[in-house]
Amino acid sequence: MSEILLSIKDLRTWFFTDQGVAKAVDGVSFEVREGETLGVVGESGCGKTVTSLSVLGLLPQPPARIMDGSSILFEGEELIGADERRLRGLRGNEISMIFQEPMSSLNPVFSIGDQIIEVLRLHRGLDRKDARVEAARLLQEVGMAEPDRRLDDYPHQLSGGMRQRVMIAMALSCEPKLLIADEPTTALDVTIQAQILELLADLRGRYGMSVLLITHDLGVVAEVCDRVVVMYAGQVVETGDVEEIFADPQHPYTRGLLRSLPSLDVPERRLSPIPGMVPSPIDWPQGCRFRDRCDSAGDGCEAEQSLVHLGDHRAVRCWKAAAESLGGAAGS
Amino acid sequence: MSEDGAVHGLRRGGAPLTAILPGAPQLLAGRWGAGTVALLVWLGSWWVLIARRHSLADVWAAGWDGPLAITTLLGALVSCWVWSLRDTLGPGGHRDVSVGQWGLACRAFSKNRTAVVGLIVIVGLYYVALITPLVTPADPSAQGNLLTERFLPLSAAHRLGTDQYGRDVLARLLYGARISLTIGFVAVGISVSIGTLVGATAGYLGGIADAVIMRFVDMIISFPRLILLVTIVAVFDRSIFLIVVVLGLTLWPGTARIVRGEVLSLREREFVQAARALGYSTRRIILRHIIPNALAPVIVAATLGIGNTIVLEAGLSFLGLGVAGTPSWGSMVAEGRGDLLNAWWLATFPGLAIVFTVLSFNLVGDGLRDALDPRLRT
Repeated sequence: MSEILLSIKDLRTWFFTDQGVAKAVDGVSFEVREGETLGVVGESGCGKTVTSLSVLGLLPQPPARIMDGSSILFEGEELIGADERRLRGLRGNEISMIFQEPMSSLNPVFSIGDQIIEVLRLHRGLDRKDARVEAARLLQEVGMAEPDRRLDDYPHQLSGGMRQRVMIAMALSCEPKLLIADEPTTALDVTIQAQILELLADLRGRYGMSVLLITHDLGVVAEVCDRVVVMYAGQVVETGDVEEIFADPQHPYTRGLLRSLPSLDVPERRLSPIPGMVPSPIDWPQGCRFRDRCDSAGDGCEAEQSLVHLGDHRAVRCWKAAAESLGGAAGS
Repeated sequence: MSEDGAVHGLRRGGAPLTAILPGAPQLLAGRWGAGTVALLVWLGSWWVLIARRHSLADVWAAGWDGPLAITTLLGALVSCWVWSLRDTLGPGGHRDVSVGQWGLACRAFSKNRTAVVGLIVIVGLYYVALITPLVTPADPSAQGNLLTERFLPLSAAHRLGTDQYGRDVLARLLYGARISLTIGFVAVGISVSIGTLVGATAGYLGGIADAVIMRFVDMIISFPRLILLVTIVAVFDRSIFLIVVVLGLTLWPGTARIVRGEVLSLREREFVQAARALGYSTRRIILRHIIPNALAPVIVAATLGIGNTIVLEAGLSFLGLGVAGTPSWGSMVAEGRGDLLNAWWLATFPGLAIVFTVLSFNLVGDGLRDALDPRLRT
């Protein structure tokens, strides 16, 4: 495959709060290659969003602190410790981000045209007239009907799906190399979800950008991602190509996530949720962090787990799964 | 007449009418707020112009406020006419234009009758204050014959009587309006600008910066304003400039607190984070994305604040600490107080002027509060 665009190594983003140190992201490593869509999956509270905000340097520090030894390389450039001016130059320009809540992600007092024009003028230095033409083109690009008239609309006049399209148009305005989409479809209803995902896939092809898609919805992942990173309790627990993850999930957590997904093939099967909740980041369990909720936990799980590489793209943070997989491979 | 019919009729037959009487078509169409203002300004201005046609040259030659008055008068006439004509002949009807938050607020405001009445009074007051040299019956400081013209009751020559020096009370009242309205407007302008910037900065930056700024604000609030004013007025000259500046510089902490509270909740909103993700600078985010969203309560506070400042200035003048030399409503009340029994008009009319002005500002402020509160809107 192609060049590595974004490389996160051993990222540890901790929050220093009055209640203690919340290790929201605790040693996360993964890569995004040029032109691929990488899905980051996990329940709420697993550290997905904190990871993406760390990339853009958008976390308030303090209370957040990116610990020493963490590294985020974008096109070979270290972003941790980069000065604010440089980060501002990257944000919205090379790396764009779209958020979960399209309803509140647009400024309510300005028309959407004004907001797109502001990005274009700031980052691309267009004058007002050119920016307006370009804004209309962008709206067309994201599939809005009558873009010229829509430019004068205010956010409250648009539906959630249309607002998300506007957000995408703004994110695309500078043809970024990386688009971070933080649960872009969670707040939308299902038919609109499908449209937005289709749009993202389509735009990725047209602009040749990479997409880092953060979601808790494995259905979304199956639809648009090339590779998947499964996160649990601030760590990566499994990575692999999307087919591998769905066909042959290794980590008990991934298996649990898949089991809690309805299936069209076996309609009578009852969904089985993963018992319990994600533990508090202030006090992660000792040893394997999934142990308390795991149905196959046993001896050996009280040890700290490390990410074991099973193949090119495959890795799992579970000694049992790794032993089975590697043992099976060695035996055959 | 239904609203649709009215709008339709306005477009068909409004043109000739609007050319003669701007505001009348709007009034007939049920838009009584804008219609009344336009019609009153139009008729009033023509009346002044015709009644004063012989002395226009004298007024023009009188210092800076003569030309200002005449320019304002002509400007008001022209803009009334142009506005009404464009309004009637323009695209008209139910315009399919996008309406932003301010547009919605305007609509909500125009449905509030008392607030619109308040606004009409305020607009009228400011207009009269601007063209005072044209409407005043006499020079406010010209003394009459001290033997025959003191304490004259209301009459055709002196519509609101004369005071103990034989000066025309109406003229003094009109010139006093300038002082009161200017002080209210400028002092609140200063305090709102400072308060908004300080409050937004404190709220957005948070942490230590917030703590330091807000403790400073507390310090200023805790300082008794009246004592500060008395001290400053005692040490320096009693100039209008000084009073405006002191009021402006002591009133801002209230605004700062309002804005800070608003910004604290705004900065957690997703669009602010989205703005940061788009690489906007802190300054841009505060000025362009946060302050416009925090403005609604500030506008309300400012409107109410103008009323309060007028009362404050009247109080200062009443205590003899007001602007020296120029008549102000507060000092007129103070001077007339002693003669209340034999010349009731001296203190009554400026007192009523204060009451109605402040009442209007409060009505408008309340109307704005309702109109700008998104929770009260569907």
